[in-house]
Amino acid sequence: MTWIILGIIAVIVLWFILTYNGFVNLRNRVENAWAQIDVQLKRRYDLIPNLVNTVKGYAAHEREIFEKLGDLRAKAMGAESVKEVGDTNNQITQALRTLFAVAENYPELKANENFLKLQEELTNTENKIAFARQFYNDVVMQYNAAQQRIPASIVAKMMGLTPKEYYPVDEGERGPINVQF
Amino acid sequence: MTKRTLYELQAGNVRKTYLFIVLFSLILFAVGYFFVWYFNWGITGIIFLAIFIVLYNWIAYEQSDKIALASVGAVPADPEKFYVLHNIVEEVALAAGVPKPKVYIMNEPQPNAFATGKDPKHASICVTTGLLQMMNREELQGVIAHEMSHIRNRDILLMTVVAIVAGLIILLRDVFLRSMWWGIGGERRRDKNDNLGIILLLIGLILSIIAPIVVLIIRSAISRQREYLADATGAYIVRDPYGLASALEKIGNYTRPMRTASSATAHMFISNPFGKVEYLFATHPPIEERIKRLKSLTI
Repeated sequence: MTWIILGIIAVIVLWFILTYNGFVNLRNRVENAWAQIDVQLKRRYDLIPNLVNTVKGYAAHEREIFEKLGDLRAKAMGAESVKEVGDTNNQITQALRTLFAVAENYPELKANENFLKLQEELTNTENKIAFARQFYNDVVMQYNAAQQRIPASIVAKMMGLTPKEYYPVDEGERGPINVQF
Repeated sequence: MTKRTLYELQAGNVRKTYLFIVLFSLILFAVGYFFVWYFNWGITGIIFLAIFIVLYNWIAYEQSDKIALASVGAVPADPEKFYVLHNIVEEVALAAGVPKPKVYIMNEPQPNAFATGKDPKHASICVTTGLLQMMNREELQGVIAHEMSHIRNRDILLMTVVAIVAGLIILLRDVFLRSMWWGIGGERRRDKNDNLGIILLLIGLILSIIAPIVVLIIRSAISRQREYLADATGAYIVRDPYGLASALEKIGNYTRPMRTASSATAHMFISNPFGKVEYLFATHPPIEERIKRLKSLTI
């Protein structure tokens, strides 16, 4: 009888350790995935002033967009939650698109090598943010789902884990691709 | 696609590579044994043959990517000059969840690309200068995504090993046929026994005809459904089938063959380097069919 009880306790302890470590791994993966987005966001914040300065030289009177970009950049850099960071950055994406559309009206600007390079760099960051976001949201989904499952939820409660926020999807972005016949 | 099937796919590719190496070692040994017998090299010949096969397989496994890249004259892409290409490769690698592969450039007007390497950590992507000139950013991204799926699905090891091993069979056949033409080495034998010489000649000819056919059959079996799969996976990775579809359209409209096209490496490329030639052992599915399938994807 004692052995059976001891056996059950051993199994429970083992399960606890495995579940605990599973959560630690998942949490690390979420943090890792976030770090990948964060790197790109920082790069983007660095590129925006350069872009604005370059465009100013050719299209000085497009002040509205410059100010909007500057404000959004400051807001995004000060944002706390994932949702806030994501939403502000999605607005930056929209503003950048407007800026690049406006740039089409300035042939000299379009021929500027520095501008082209900045445009490419920002496209690169934008794509990377989009791809890193997919990965981040996948991992967050796993993490949040694992916390809700019984009996692992008990361990999650004891560890004081809370669900992570998803990175919001850009509304202006292409939705799911559906081909009609 | 679920993780499990992807994992099975990768494991299957690695297993197939080993199977292929074993199979080709046997074919190589049979061909080599014939040479040993024909030129009367005896046991020393057999030992050399065995050492050669082991060494050859080792090289095919470890160095095949470098050989393949060198054989088409690819050079590393300068990160300054080709920064857009480097950026795209970086993005798609991030999306596919593999490390950024090395980037190579091939000076060739035909738009084409291939990936090679032992595993995702030692992978390279090579594109032609023609591809860079012809494609916009989305199309280039689609092509890179196609290559990235070959890397992620572990197609590259099998495809490259096949290229190197098949390359040797084609090389051996060429050497053999050339020696037949010029009568090198055959003289001594034929003086002693004319009948034997003719029989050997026949066997040699048969072998040299069979070997490349075997290679071609295996090779076309390897790459055709693989191309469809890489198209679909690539579109899934970048969430956009239209970039690749439009790139394939442009590639399909370019009909001139590649200057360095070789039947040893043809199957590695995204589209047939020989151009739009219909032939029996096609390594690639028809481009129109690929575009059709891409456009019908729901992602």
